Amino acid sequence: MKPEIVRGDSADASETSAVENEQLLSSEKGAREATASEASDHIRAKDEMLPEKGGRGVSRKSMVWDFKARGEPFLWGLGGALTIGIMMIVGFVVLIVYNGLLTFYPKPIERVVLKSGAILAGETTRSEVFRPGPETLKNLSPQDRKLVEDLNGYATRNLYRTGNFDLYNDDFRWVSDYDVAEIHRPRDLIFLERMEWGPFIGTIKSADFNGKIVDKESLKWDELKLQHRQAEKRRKRVKEIERDQLGAINHLLERDRLKLRKVEIKHGKQSAEYLRTLEDLKGKEDELQSRHEELSREAAILKELDAKYTVTMADVGGREVNLRISDMVRFYPANDLSFVEKLGIYLSRWWEFLTDEPREANTEGGVMPAIFGTFCMTVLMSLAVAPFGVMAALYLREYARQGRLVSLVRICVNNLAGVPSIVYGVFGLGFFAYVLGGSIDQLFFPERLPNPTFGTGGLLWASLTLALLTVPVVIVATEEALAAVPQSMREASLACGASKWQTIKNIVLPRAMPGIMTGLILAMARGAGEVAPLMLIGVVKMAPELPIDQFFPYIHLERSFMHLGFHIYDVGFQSRNSEAAKPMVFVTTLLLIFLVFLMNAASITLRNRLKRKFFTGHF
Amino acid sequence: MAAEPRGSNGTVYHVKAGPDGTLLSMKDFSLWYGLAQALFNVSMTVEKGLVTALIGPSGCGKSTLLRAINRMNDLIEGLKCSGKIVLDGTDIYDPSVDVIGLRKLMGMVFQKPNPFPMSIAENVTYPLKVDGIRDKRILKETVEKALKAAALWDEVEDRLNENALSLSGGQQQRLCIARAIAGEPEVLLMDEPCSALDPVATAKIEDLIDELKGRYTIVIVTHNMQQAARVSDNTAFMYLGRLIEYGETSVIFTNPKVDKTMEYVTGRFG
Ligand SMILES: Nc1ncnc2c1ncn2[C@@H]1O[C@H](COP(=O)(O)OP(=O)(O)OP(=O)(O)O)[C@@H](O)[C@H]1O
Ligand SMILES: [Mg+2]
Repeated sequence: MKPEIVRGDSADASETSAVENEQLLSSEKGAREATASEASDHIRAKDEMLPEKGGRGVSRKSMVWDFKARGEPFLWGLGGALTIGIMMIVGFVVLIVYNGLLTFYPKPIERVVLKSGAILAGETTRSEVFRPGPETLKNLSPQDRKLVEDLNGYATRNLYRTGNFDLYNDDFRWVSDYDVAEIHRPRDLIFLERMEWGPFIGTIKSADFNGKIVDKESLKWDELKLQHRQAEKRRKRVKEIERDQLGAINHLLERDRLKLRKVEIKHGKQSAEYLRTLEDLKGKEDELQSRHEELSREAAILKELDAKYTVTMADVGGREVNLRISDMVRFYPANDLSFVEKLGIYLSRWWEFLTDEPREANTEGGVMPAIFGTFCMTVLMSLAVAPFGVMAALYLREYARQGRLVSLVRICVNNLAGVPSIVYGVFGLGFFAYVLGGSIDQLFFPERLPNPTFGTGGLLWASLTLALLTVPVVIVATEEALAAVPQSMREASLACGASKWQTIKNIVLPRAMPGIMTGLILAMARGAGEVAPLMLIGVVKMAPELPIDQFFPYIHLERSFMHLGFHIYDVGFQSRNSEAAKPMVFVTTLLLIFLVFLMNAASITLRNRLKRKFFTGHF
Repeated sequence: MAAEPRGSNGTVYHVKAGPDGTLLSMKDFSLWYGLAQALFNVSMTVEKGLVTALIGPSGCGKSTLLRAINRMNDLIEGLKCSGKIVLDGTDIYDPSVDVIGLRKLMGMVFQKPNPFPMSIAENVTYPLKVDGIRDKRILKETVEKALKAAALWDEVEDRLNENALSLSGGQQQRLCIARAIAGEPEVLLMDEPCSALDPVATAKIEDLIDELKGRYTIVIVTHNMQQAARVSDNTAFMYLGRLIEYGETSVIFTNPKVDKTMEYVTGRFG
């Protein structure tokens, strides 16, 4: 670049820079070829060194990079921090996704013959390297000991999922390498998921289709499948009768009982109203009772039929077990599957997981009630937290006189976000459930006492507790968003003759909406993943009924519910066999993360739509 | 005029009288931001139907005075004022005065264009919306009338539902003028309306002010001497919170009575 530009640049800055410019031109001929920005660098450098010139006589104008001044180490530090953060998150997500996605894929079954002569069969689960103790080593044969010693005293062992809990009292077995004599993958080994006792691994011996005995040779796979489908149909029907229809009748009976009780509380047992209601309900009750018996009879017949269709299975040791076909959930020859068949099993397991109820202390089956509960609670919480948070922030920012009191309130709100969540749980239980809920029960549901209705943990109280927990996030975010609305917008509105409220409603709130949404998203994500307070205030291991059903008033906010977060805790740490539950933990975690992600994605889309509306344009 | 207002230096003002007399008169109006006094005993009149320009160096209190007229200063905490601003016989700082009603009588245009992030039509009808007018026909008429008055109609006629932020700076400023006159105010207060605009847009807005003269009483703050000379009938020169001289524009610019004014309008000012 030409020196004219240098001159022109500094000339219109100020008088002083013109003086500097003169110095530059006279003393530094070399700078003539420099670019404008470099030239101004030189000016600055000269400026800095001037006072020192006499003192040390060392020019600081050196060509060597001064790392401290340039800030490179800090830049590396910043980049490094980001990388570490991203790596931790990615590692976590990959771990969850990898384990979660693989859980349902059918694994091969190995038949292992041990050197001791014992036989076992199981799904290969995982293997690890370990160091056998001196006791163990002493008992090994010389060759085996040499093998271990060759590996510096380490050996490998495999974990097999053997199933057959009813026979072995255990689901898993570790097998060390040096114990193994031979391993096969026989094609006739069946992996069978049962309604109870976990999976069975073994071979089919014979089948009994209502008296027709079919032995192993003449048993056709298709026929077994067909019988299984019919048995499943019967099982579904029984469940429908027992859960839905008998449940409905019981519900109606209970409702009538409560109606009667209400009349009794109001008018007394001797009153005419009581007797009339009693008379009324008597007829209805008889009708319901007879319907109840009818349905029970149908269920009993189906169950009797179920008992006549059985399969005899044998484990690898030859021990036989007789199973009802209706107790079988899924069975397949694990070592004799094509890829398509494996994929089919994989998908059917996912389907069961997403749409079914849990079985066997939650370690098997699906998590539909938990998904539903998590979703309902998060939505209710958002509905509760949004208006409260936004209104509180509006008052704080727009109406309250900005003074010491408001600052104090603000500090308190911020500190609330740091209170341990379990404390909120305690508060929710004490205040919402016992105080509020107790009063509601006294006032509106006296006929149900001493059974609590709202006087115990439930969906509503859990949502409100979480709303309380997340409201600071919303308040802080909303305040920020309100403060970011330009003053000129408010002035324009006020100058048009709008009142303060009209200005807030028409101009400030819409403009702040994206920021408010961000706060809500954060609150929602936090609330959806929170477990500790819920354990006190409404979440249960197994909820018999969903919070939404076909009985008036359709949405039952007082009911306890299941929650994915609690489900993870329960399955992982409270079940009889943590090893068996591990895959379930991963899958459920994956699902919970996915659900939170989905809800966030939905609100982020909404926010971006709002943003596009309010922040387009240019000058 | 009842009593001839006098400046702090005792000068008697000779202003061009409006055809319909005086609209607004200030008497010894002083204003404090907290402890700092920003206006000192300002007394002047605003003539109905004329354009009054406020000039003076930066920080002399022009915006403060302008915003005192529609009480926009009320938003500032710790604001105090004394004296009177009389409109139609009532002191606008009287406690019984409804500020919102007062602002409805005055349209305001700000230094930087500040359209709302809504459609062009919604921007113009905002004062009506605030008044609770929902009638589609009236709204439509107002949009057309106001945009035509602001000389913007031809440019935006077929994009009335587009976001106002997609307009250029000059168009946005004219939109703000359209919004200010959509509510049919008595007075139009303009605080350096052309400071963010190029000469062409400035010329358009000056033409517009000429156009609006007579229908509205306009008070305009400007740093541009030529602009003040071109568009205004009366000019007030302020310095350090005091009104130094006020009079007919031609007199102020050619033959002012106070030396300070002379220095300022001729550009010999420090
Ligand atoms: N909100 C406020 N709080 C405190 N002091 C203020 C406030 N607004 C303005 N002032 C002070 O009042 C005085 C007059 O300000 P004002 O904005 O009226 O000046 P102005 O003549 O409009 O200047 P400019 O031409 O630069 O816009 C200035 O000294 C300024 O510092
Ligand atoms: Mg100003």
